Amino acid sequence: MLDKNGIATRIAQEVRDGWYVNLGIGIPTLVANHIQKGMEVEFQSENGILGMGPFPIEGSEDADLINAGKQTITAMPGAVYFDSATSFAMIRGRHVQLTVLGAMEVSSNGDIANWKIPGKMVKGMGGAMDLVASADNIVVAMMHTNRAGESKLLPTCSLPLTGVGCVKRVVTNLAVLDIKDGAFHLIERAPGVSVQEIIDATAGELIVPSDVPEMTL
Amino acid sequence: MSISKVVSGVEEACSGVEDGMTLMLGGFGLCGIPENCIEQLVKLGVKEVTCISNNAGIDGFGLGKLLSGHQIRKMISSYVGENEEFERQMLSGELEVDLIPQGSLAERCRAGGAGIPAFYTPAGYGTEVAEGKEVREFNGKPHILESALTADFAFVKAWKGDVAGNLIFKATARNFNPMMAMAGKITIAEVEELVPVGELDPNEIHTPGIFVQRIFQGLSFEKRIEQRTVRPLNSPS
Repeated sequence: MLDKNGIATRIAQEVRDGWYVNLGIGIPTLVANHIQKGMEVEFQSENGILGMGPFPIEGSEDADLINAGKQTITAMPGAVYFDSATSFAMIRGRHVQLTVLGAMEVSSNGDIANWKIPGKMVKGMGGAMDLVASADNIVVAMMHTNRAGESKLLPTCSLPLTGVGCVKRVVTNLAVLDIKDGAFHLIERAPGVSVQEIIDATAGELIVPSDVPEMTL
Repeated sequence: MSISKVVSGVEEACSGVEDGMTLMLGGFGLCGIPENCIEQLVKLGVKEVTCISNNAGIDGFGLGKLLSGHQIRKMISSYVGENEEFERQMLSGELEVDLIPQGSLAERCRAGGAGIPAFYTPAGYGTEVAEGKEVREFNGKPHILESALTADFAFVKAWKGDVAGNLIFKATARNFNPMMAMAGKITIAEVEELVPVGELDPNEIHTPGIFVQRIFQGLSFEKRIEQRTVRPLNSPS
């Protein structure tokens, strides 16, 4: 079974040389720490930076330089700042090759819910709806089940949607799954996780091939 | 000759703001917010205002100050977490809240300032955001119609500005400020450094002074950090 860094490590393998990548808050942010050495990749944060670097050295934080999670960050050489309309032109205009974000629920037709629990939690969608509506490559990073042990991979989402039919790949603590033709397709299993465990933790329709390789991390 | 936009200070800058008006406020989280004008709006005690701002501040800072004084009737935002008083007022129905996707919010402000009444976007199609909105297909993909936003007053914060109202922002403190500057009937810019005309390089200006009606140098900027994240000295980058 993978921890959060393990999920991020596996997702980092999805990144290709020369890509612009938008990482959401939480597990997706960790993906930046696991990019293969020598690869030219730039991270976009929708609040207005391309070429985001690591957290600043203690004492050099700048209140004017943050990411979309409102965390203090640094800028890499060649970085650029821009306004929010330009930022979403990059996103909506499909100039960003990969979006990685978290989710509360994903359905077997690629719907995603991650912004609201009616009556309980309403934080807002932020940039998530713009990101999922336009990105060609959307990878969801999340735990396979919620705190109550219930599957987050469902036949249909029960929570208010963030986007419809947009998620192509999900990486969880248990497995890598693709979404196509209205079903989850098991691609890889996490180290030490059996196919049966993944079947048991997946509520939506799951297609299991005869051979399911273990991830190489 | 350039046209001077300079006012004496925050009091003169905020004169004319009245109960029930629609206000835009730049910033992302607490980054690039017009701190001086928010203080002044608290002092003025204007009520029942509609605030268009990506976020709603935090408890006790930024727009959180206007919220705690029950000065806001309606918020138009994309993300409002990290604010308990906001959540309490929203769930109790005291505060009306219109949550819209961040890119649509930015573009609606830009459109408002650019004379574009509405536009189609794929963001929010098939979600609550699309309810009641026209849907139209372009290139086989459904889009929803979003309308422009304007405001009686727009409050923006810049790093440097000149007497003519030309503005330069710093790093990610730019965010929503340029679009909101365009969309305000009266746009007020508070800057860290106000300089004479001719001192800013025309090549480097982000917001042309035509979008700014009043400018002043803010007395102080606290620039509070919401999430202070650091790495130790000598760590690999």
